[in-house]
Amino acid sequence: MYEFEFARPTSVAEAVQALGAEEAQALGGGQTLIPTLKQRLAMPSVLVSLTGIAEMTGITTTGDGAVEIGGATCHADVAKGAAAAYPALAALAGQIGDPAVRNRGTIGGSLANNDPAACYPAAALASGATIVTNVREIAADDYFQGMFTTALDEGEIITSVRFPVPQAANYQKFLQPASRFAMVGVFVAKFAEGVRVAVTGASEEGVFRWSEAEAALASSFSPDAIDGLTVAPDGMIGDIHGTRAYRAHLVGVMTKRAVAAAA
Amino acid sequence: MPKDIDAKESGIGAATKRREDIRFLSGTGNYTDDINVNGQAYVHFLRSDVAHGRISSLETTAAAAMPGVLRIFTGADFEGVGGLPCGWQVTDRFGEVMQEPAHPVLAQGKVRHVGDPIAAVVAETPEQARDAAEAIELEIEELPAVIDMKAALQDGAPKVHDDLTSNLCYDWGFVEENKDAVNKAFDAAAHVTTLELVNNRLIANPMEPRVAVGDFNRATGDSTLYTTSQNPHVIRLLMGAFVLGIPEHKLRVVAPDVGGGFGSKIFHYAEEAFCTFAAKALNRAVKWTSSRSEAFMSDAHGRDHVTKIELALDADNNFTALRTDTLANMGAYLSTFAPSVPTWLHGTLMAGNYKTPLIYVNVKAVFTNTVPVDAYRGAGRPEATYQLERVIDKAARELGVDPIALRRQNFITEFPYATPVAVEYDTGDYVATMDKLEEIADLAGFAARRAESEKAGKLRGLGVNCYIEACGIAPSNLVGQLGARAGLYESATVRVNATGGIVVMTGSHSHGQGHETSFPQVISSMIGIPEDMVEIEHGDTNNAPMGMGTYGSRSLAVGGSAMVRATEKIIAKAKKIAAHLMEAADADIELKDGKFSVAGTDKSVAWGDVTLAAYVPHNYPLEEIEPGLEETAFYDPANFTYPSGAYACEVEVDPDTGKVTIERFAAADDFGNIVNPMIVDGQVHGGIGQGIGQALLEGCVYDENGQLLSASFMDYAMPRADDVPFYQVDHSCQTPCTHNPLGVKGCGEAGAIGSPPAVVNAVVDALQSAGKPVTHIDMPLSPARVWAAMQG
Amino acid sequence: MTKVTMTVNGKPMTGEVEGRTLLVSFLRETLGLTGTHVGCDTSQCGACVVHVDGAAVKACTMLALEAEGAEVATIEGQAEADGTLNAIQAAFQEHHGLQCGFCTPGMVMSAAALLKDNPKPTEQEVRHYLEGNLCRCTGYHNIVKAIMAASGQDVSAIAAE
Repeated sequence: MYEFEFARPTSVAEAVQALGAEEAQALGGGQTLIPTLKQRLAMPSVLVSLTGIAEMTGITTTGDGAVEIGGATCHADVAKGAAAAYPALAALAGQIGDPAVRNRGTIGGSLANNDPAACYPAAALASGATIVTNVREIAADDYFQGMFTTALDEGEIITSVRFPVPQAANYQKFLQPASRFAMVGVFVAKFAEGVRVAVTGASEEGVFRWSEAEAALASSFSPDAIDGLTVAPDGMIGDIHGTRAYRAHLVGVMTKRAVAAAA
Repeated sequence: MPKDIDAKESGIGAATKRREDIRFLSGTGNYTDDINVNGQAYVHFLRSDVAHGRISSLETTAAAAMPGVLRIFTGADFEGVGGLPCGWQVTDRFGEVMQEPAHPVLAQGKVRHVGDPIAAVVAETPEQARDAAEAIELEIEELPAVIDMKAALQDGAPKVHDDLTSNLCYDWGFVEENKDAVNKAFDAAAHVTTLELVNNRLIANPMEPRVAVGDFNRATGDSTLYTTSQNPHVIRLLMGAFVLGIPEHKLRVVAPDVGGGFGSKIFHYAEEAFCTFAAKALNRAVKWTSSRSEAFMSDAHGRDHVTKIELALDADNNFTALRTDTLANMGAYLSTFAPSVPTWLHGTLMAGNYKTPLIYVNVKAVFTNTVPVDAYRGAGRPEATYQLERVIDKAARELGVDPIALRRQNFITEFPYATPVAVEYDTGDYVATMDKLEEIADLAGFAARRAESEKAGKLRGLGVNCYIEACGIAPSNLVGQLGARAGLYESATVRVNATGGIVVMTGSHSHGQGHETSFPQVISSMIGIPEDMVEIEHGDTNNAPMGMGTYGSRSLAVGGSAMVRATEKIIAKAKKIAAHLMEAADADIELKDGKFSVAGTDKSVAWGDVTLAAYVPHNYPLEEIEPGLEETAFYDPANFTYPSGAYACEVEVDPDTGKVTIERFAAADDFGNIVNPMIVDGQVHGGIGQGIGQALLEGCVYDENGQLLSASFMDYAMPRADDVPFYQVDHSCQTPCTHNPLGVKGCGEAGAIGSPPAVVNAVVDALQSAGKPVTHIDMPLSPARVWAAMQG
Repeated sequence: MTKVTMTVNGKPMTGEVEGRTLLVSFLRETLGLTGTHVGCDTSQCGACVVHVDGAAVKACTMLALEAEGAEVATIEGQAEADGTLNAIQAAFQEHHGLQCGFCTPGMVMSAAALLKDNPKPTEQEVRHYLEGNLCRCTGYHNIVKAIMAASGQDVSAIAAE
C-alpha cells in the first residue's frame, strides 16, 4: 500500500468534510478497497472510514413498509436483521463473500463500488430501491451506470438504501468457482405493479434489467414464462471461467430458478 | 523407567495423536516469516510484466537515492555468480544430452516470463523497497512470446533462449528399442482406442507462501539462510556449490516449520540465493516474504502435459500395446528437477497395474515463455495414471464392456513383476484392492443412487480407476545413470542420552507429514520405550547429517529406514554394554519392552541402566567398545516402493448448468505396513482433495501473450470445504514392501494420483447415461466446460 | 504514525502505526503474535481470521486503526492460561484436523465463530461456513469432522477414522 492518512469520523457531516480533502477516499468495510490498495492500484491521500458513524448503521422499516438499511451496515447484519422484513434481500446478503467478509463489508461500500459481479446491485435494481446519499435520493434505475460506474459524485456518501418490499422475491447466484463472486446472479422481484428482474455478474455493462423476462413474468409469474426467452451473448462477459454464450445461458437458468423459488 | 507398552495404543500401528499439533493449534509454530533477525532489511523484487523481452535500459540511480534504500541489485551484480542449477540431465532418444539454458538469479539482458526477476531493491522497510522498485526506470523491448507448446516447436518460432538451437529441451523415447515392436502390435490389434488429452497446468499453492531470510556473520564469515524448504540440505548443496561458492561448513540452511510444500518447496529458487548473497554484500540480514500474487508468478508450476495415448487390444480385450506421445512444458528455465518429471517419473509408470507387454513413451520437453514447471504432488505419476486410466475407460465404453471387468482382466497378478518400462514391482495385490473398493464404495448400490438422482433431475455417474505409483526413488547408482545429479539416500543420527531419552536427527523434513509423531513410534516399538522418550529434530543443516529431504512419498520408506538402521546399531551396542553389566555373552542378550535380559535366566537390566553406563562408563568394557551411544546410518534403497490402489467417485451433474458435485469418493490403497493409520488417512484425504481440485477446479491459464490470467485466488479456483465430500478411505490391503526394513511403501501422493481419472470417468459416465455422446472433457471440468460438452 | 489502542486476548495493547498498517501486521510485527498468518493478498484464504468485537474478520483486510478500541481475540488467546487446549483445539488434535498447521489458526477462529452462532451445525453448514478458509493439506475431511466433534456431536459414524 502507498501511505495514507486515516480518518474515522463519527457523523456524516464530519465525513463529508474529511472527504473534501484532495485525493480523499471513502472506506466502507474495505473488503474490496483494501485488497486494491495492497496491489497499489489506488493512491488515496486520506481514507475516510464510514464505519464509525452510528447514524449510518442499522435496519429500519419505514412508514410505507419499505426496508431502509444504513449505508455502513455490514452484510452479516443485513442477513440477520432483514430476514423477517425482506427475506430475499437477507438471503442475498448471507451469500456475499464468506462469513468474515460479511462481518466487515457494507451495503454502501458494495453499491458505491458497483463491481459487475457483486450481489447487492441486483437486489437494489430489482427492488427498485432508492439510494439515499448525504445530498439526494437516487432511484436505482438511474444509479447504476456501467461497470464500476455509478451516479455518485465525488465525495458523495451513501447514507442508506431504501428497499420497497416485493410480494415475492428471490435471488439465485451461480458462483464463479475461484472468487465466488456471482458468475451470474439473478434477482427477481414481483410487485403489484409488475415484475423486475435484475442480472449481475453476466454483463460487461454491469448489473442490468432483463426487460423481456419482466414482461413475460408480468403476464405469468411462473418458470415456464421464461421458456424460449434468451439473452444475447453479445455484451456478456467472456473469460476463463465461462464464455459469453454460457453466461447468457445461465441468465435464463438462474431466472427460472429464482421465479420457481419465489412463486 | 519404561512402562509396559500396549501395541494397540502406541508404537508401530497406533493412531498416536500428533505432538506437533499443540504448537500449531496454540499459535506458537515457528514458520520462516515468524523469524526476524536483528537489523534485518527487506527486499522487493522488480519482476518482468512481459513474457519475453530484451532489457534495453535499466536505470536505478534515482531509485537508489530514495528513502531507506540500502542498495539496488541487478543482473550485473551477479555476473560471475553461478546460475540456478538443474539437478537432472536427461539424455534423449538419440543419445544426446538435453539442452540446458542458463538460469540467472537476476535477469541478464533478457526476460523470459512474466515474473522473471530483474532487479532487487533492499531497503529498511518492505514498503520503502517497493516504493523504490517502482521508481526504477526500466525499458523492455518486447519480443514475440511462445506460450503454446506446439507453436514453440514449429520452425521459425521465437526462441526462449537465443543460445539454444530451438525450444526443444529433449526428445525422449522410452523404451526406444521397443518402438518397432509396439508399432507392429498396433498394426495387429483387434481394437485401438485413442485419446488426446491435456493434463492441466497447476499451481501447488501451499498455504504458506515462500519466505527467505539471509543472514551473515562478519565475525565468523558464516552465512545462514532460513527458508521455506522441503530439503534444506539440498538447498545448501545447490546454492553453496553451484551458485554462491560457499562451502557447506560456512553455510547453514534452516527450514523451520513449513506450511506445506507439495513439491513446490523442493526447488532452489533465485530469492534464496539472492537473500544469502545480499546479506553478505550488505553485512545485514535480508528478508523476502512472497505475497500470494508473487507466488503465482515465481513458484514453480506443475503438470502441463499435452498427450496422445493409444491402447491396443486383442480380440479377447487383452491389452497388447500402449503408445504415448507427450509434450511437456518446462517453462522458461529448467527448475531443479523439472527434466525428470515427464521422463523417469512418468514413462516408468505407464504399465500401471496392467500386464501390457509392449509400451513406448515419447516425450518432448519444450521451453515456453512461462514460469518454470517442476514436480507437484505426484510429479509425473499423476500424468501417467490419468492418461492410462482414461484411455482404459474409453476403451471399455467403446467395446461395451464393464470398465472394472476390463481392468481386472488385465491386472498383473504375479510378483515380482518386471514391466516393459524398466521397473520391477516387488509386491501388490490389485484384485484385493479392487475387491475392497467395491465393498467400501458400495458399488452394488450405485444403480439405486442413480435412480434417486434422476428423480431430482440430476445426472449421476460412477468413475473407477486404479493407480500404481513409485515412491522413494532409488537406488542412487541407478538414478545416477538416469541423469540425477544427486544421490537419493537418506540419513539419520540416533543420539541416546545418558538417562535413556533419544533424539533422532533426520534429513527428512516434516511440513505436515507428522514425522515428529510417527518416527518415534518406530523407535518405541524397536526398543520398547514410550514414544515420548524420543524426539525428532529436522530442518537444520547444522544438526542433521546430510539428507535429501521430503518429496516423492519417501520419508518413512527411506528416511525411516535410515533411522531403523541407526537404531539397530544402537541396539547392537547397547546389548554389548548390557552383556558386560550382566556378565553374560553378547549373543544371549534379548531386548524386550525396554529391558535387556539374559536368555534363559531371570537376570535383566533396564534400558536406562545401559544408557547411563554408556555415558558414565565406570563399569564398562572400555577396551572393547567406545563410551557413548550415538549412531548414524545412511540408507540407500534397493528399489522404488510401489503403492497401489483402486478409487471410485460418484458425481452428480446439473444438466442445466454443467455443474459437477462430488457425491461419494472411496479409496482403497495398499501402502504396505502402516505406522500411524490416522496420519495415513490424513495424507490420502489431502491428496484426494488436491486431485478433485485438479479435476474440477484448478487451471493455470496464460493468454497468447504470456500474461497469467489465473494470477490470484480470484481466478485460480482452490478446492474449498464445500467442494468435497467426506471420503471413504481404507488401507487394510497390505502387501509389505520387500526391500525396506519397515515394509512400508509411502502414502503422500497416492490421493492426488488416483483421484483425477476417477472424477473425469464419473462425469463422462454421467453424461453418457443421459445419451450425450461425450467421450472426454479436459480438466478442470468447470461448469462451463461440462455444459459446452453437453451442447455437442 | 498514530497511536492505536485495543484489547488483545483480554490485555490492553498500544502501539504506533501508520494509516496503512494492517491489523495483521500490528498483531504479528508490533505485538509479536505470529500465530495469525498471511496466506494471500485477496482476502480469500482465511489464515488471518481473528475476532474483532466477537465477530470473525480477516485481519489482512482490516486496518489496525479500524480496530481502535476493539476487543481482539487471536489464536494465542484460545487455550486456557495453563496451556490446556480449548474444546475446538482439542478436537482438531483428536481428529487430525491439521497437517502443516498454517491454515489452522484461521480455521480454529472461524470454527469458534461458527459454533457461537450455531452450536450444532450440520456437515453442510460447517462446509459452507468455511467458504473463506482454505486448507491445502487435509482435503477438509478431518477439519469438518473436528468441528462437528467440538460441537458435541457423535462423529464416529463418519467415514474412516
